[in-house]
Amino acid sequence: MTDNDARTHRPAPGQVDLPGLRISGLSLQYGSRAIFTDLDLTVQGGEFVVLLGTSGVGKSSLLKIVAGLTRASTGTVTASDGRPLAGRIAYMGQQDLLYPWLTVIENVMLGARLRGERQEPDRARHLLGRVSLHERAKALPSELSGGMRQRVAIARTLYESHPFVLMDEPFSALDTFTRAQVQDLTAELLQDHTVLLITHDPLEACRIGHRLVVLSGHPARLGEPIHVPGPTPRAPDDDALLHIQGHLMRILMEGHRA
Amino acid sequence: MILTLARPVVTFVVLIGAWWAATRLASIPFYLLPQPPAVLHALWQQRVLLASATLTTFSEMALGLVIGTILGSLCALAMAFSPRLQRWIMPLLLLSQAIPAFALAPLLVLWFGFGMASKVVMATIVIFFPVAAAFSDGLRHTDPGWMDLAHTMEASPGAILRHVRLPAAMPAFGSGLRVATAIAPIGAIVGEWVGASAGLGYVMLNANARIQTDVMFAALFVLALMTVLIWTVVDRVLRHILYWAPDSNGAAR
Repeated sequence: MTDNDARTHRPAPGQVDLPGLRISGLSLQYGSRAIFTDLDLTVQGGEFVVLLGTSGVGKSSLLKIVAGLTRASTGTVTASDGRPLAGRIAYMGQQDLLYPWLTVIENVMLGARLRGERQEPDRARHLLGRVSLHERAKALPSELSGGMRQRVAIARTLYESHPFVLMDEPFSALDTFTRAQVQDLTAELLQDHTVLLITHDPLEACRIGHRLVVLSGHPARLGEPIHVPGPTPRAPDDDALLHIQGHLMRILMEGHRA
Repeated sequence: MILTLARPVVTFVVLIGAWWAATRLASIPFYLLPQPPAVLHALWQQRVLLASATLTTFSEMALGLVIGTILGSLCALAMAFSPRLQRWIMPLLLLSQAIPAFALAPLLVLWFGFGMASKVVMATIVIFFPVAAAFSDGLRHTDPGWMDLAHTMEASPGAILRHVRLPAAMPAFGSGLRVATAIAPIGAIVGEWVGASAGLGYVMLNANARIQTDVMFAALFVLALMTVLIWTVVDRVLRHILYWAPDSNGAAR
């Protein structure tokens, strides 16, 4: 992928200083089996890139490598400003990953607790307000619905105030309607972040991604990036969105068959 | 709530009734199975002896429970902190279980004397393993997602152990401790059978030798009651600690 692809994305105001993410020559090999080879992907500062793929294609592994949780066989992941990525990434997993023994507000401040830093309850409460959960600060995660829990996870991600956000199918456990609501909130709240989200849901990709890339095949490769016009979150009945969603669906099905 | 309280009472009454009916109808001799009133009578008559014996056995069980739980937890924590240590300790732990605790009892009495010490050691040994095994299992099987999240938040191994693995292992620790509490009397009573001058096991052994079956039953009754009470207290404490685990494995509510 060249910088040409990235330039077509219009940087929103106020995002000029955000560092971007560069994945180059990334390969992952389990024994003799190549999961993916020689992946290149650039996420511009402040850009929301969605990586689409069917299950088992290696997209979770890719995200774990970017998050520093797994090692790649070859290749590098770097930040565009030259500083190390470690310690500047907020990660959202396939479940909300709330710690059930901590209250909602303690979960939001989890990073500070784990690093032994001073916790800032005022900031946590403010963030809970932004996800409309101000009143549930003292509740336990088990008392919340799936959608609420996911919103707490978003507040926890924002509390980290890191430039990079990685999301691994974060909404796959939610019902369709709740998922749509949380997607809206995500697109709105993560504007000032450099985001890489992976999903298997073409609609999700089309609604909240600035740029979509499909990962498919064995070993997996990245397809040509697809741009969805218009600001995010996009209406689910938008014509361009519906067209691209259908197109993506076809690519995924073909890739799966191959 | 009322049903929760009523259920054990109903069970108890039905069991006693069945026992009474059986002794009456089948005319079982007294020395084989005494009638409930006889046991009640023995309970009252021997109340001083039973009370002091109960105190002894309770102390042995409680001390064994506390020491066994502490040692078991420390062992599990040590194994969680160092996988190398785990590879050394785990086979030893399993080996220790290959020797039945009962077989150790005479040896322990020889080493630690006829007093309480040998029974406390015995109870500690019985309690140690379920706590250590369950707790270390819980510490090793932390949700990988929670671990991933903690790693991306740059948590140190110490912080991960304290803030993630330890609380996440508490339900497993709880089930281990519940099992340990239920079997705690085994250690104390077996110790007393082998050689003692006090305790419920000693009372039972004496009564057995004199064919005082009613006293044996009275001692058994007190032992069962005490075990249930200790279990209930432990269960309550665990529920308090595990406030966040709504369906923690214990008695049905």
